[in-house]
Amino acid sequence: MIVQALAFYLFATVAVLSAGMVITQRNSVHAVLWLILAFFNGAGLFVLTGAEFVAMLLVIVYVGAVAVLFLFVVMMLDLNVATLREGFVEHVPMVVAVGFVLLAELLVLVGGWAVAPEAQGVRQAPTPDLAETPNTEALGAILYTDFLYLFQAAGLILLVAMVGAIVLTHRRREGVRKQRIPEQIARRKEDELTLVDVPPRGGV
Amino acid sequence: MMALSLTHYLVVAAVIFCLGVVGVFINRKNIIVILMAVELMLLAVNINLVAFSAHLGDLAGQVFTLFILTVAAAEAAIGLAIVVVFFRNRGSIEVEDVNQMKG
Repeated sequence: MIVQALAFYLFATVAVLSAGMVITQRNSVHAVLWLILAFFNGAGLFVLTGAEFVAMLLVIVYVGAVAVLFLFVVMMLDLNVATLREGFVEHVPMVVAVGFVLLAELLVLVGGWAVAPEAQGVRQAPTPDLAETPNTEALGAILYTDFLYLFQAAGLILLVAMVGAIVLTHRRREGVRKQRIPEQIARRKEDELTLVDVPPRGGV
Repeated sequence: MMALSLTHYLVVAAVIFCLGVVGVFINRKNIIVILMAVELMLLAVNINLVAFSAHLGDLAGQVFTLFILTVAAAEAAIGLAIVVVFFRNRGSIEVEDVNQMKG
């Protein structure tokens, strides 16, 4: 139990600190690296609650794909750090005040909150005993049955996102010789071929 | 040392969410850092959902987390594609330069 508590405080502290570093870094590349650290520690918190599959998903999808995508984009763009930071300091007091008000409100909410007694009865998918069914297996059992349509919709969302990203960033370059099949098929003899009656000894 | 309760996780998630909100306001020029702050807010929401899922013994919360991850990944891909196209056209990613569509 004490190990669990120590691990929780370690993960929580590092997650909060790295989240703070993400938003205050001067260099965007450093911010992405702190974001990766924050996601790793979030995954650690998930493991502590027993949500192993979601934790691994966070590491694979977020750290492996999304954060690396951020890293690529930040490194690809030639950013001018100085102009991006103009006016940073003058906003800080007001923004920190707003953040503290929001945090205080959320903490009041968390402090004065209790589970309704009938909440146990209206569970959508009660968690099976972890000793019998591992987390991944239990999640898969409901994901492919009860939540099948939502699962398919999630796949569609990813497909649309992929197509959208390609369409947005695809660049049609001029002056490149490429095979254009419709134009080849649409060629007709009368458009392309002219018969010239050449007189003898006259030349064309 | 106290035993871990739901409140511990909710407090951590609240702090990370507030840091995300502050990050959106504080980096008003750099749109990539704004996107990262949005990702932080989504992480906080995921922590909330997983904590409630574990506390109530309801796996549906973790399924929700899965869908939020999907939507967040799609959002990041589209957002970064827009940033790349914008940078190609304007040579900067400052939010204040985004006024081409003004009437």
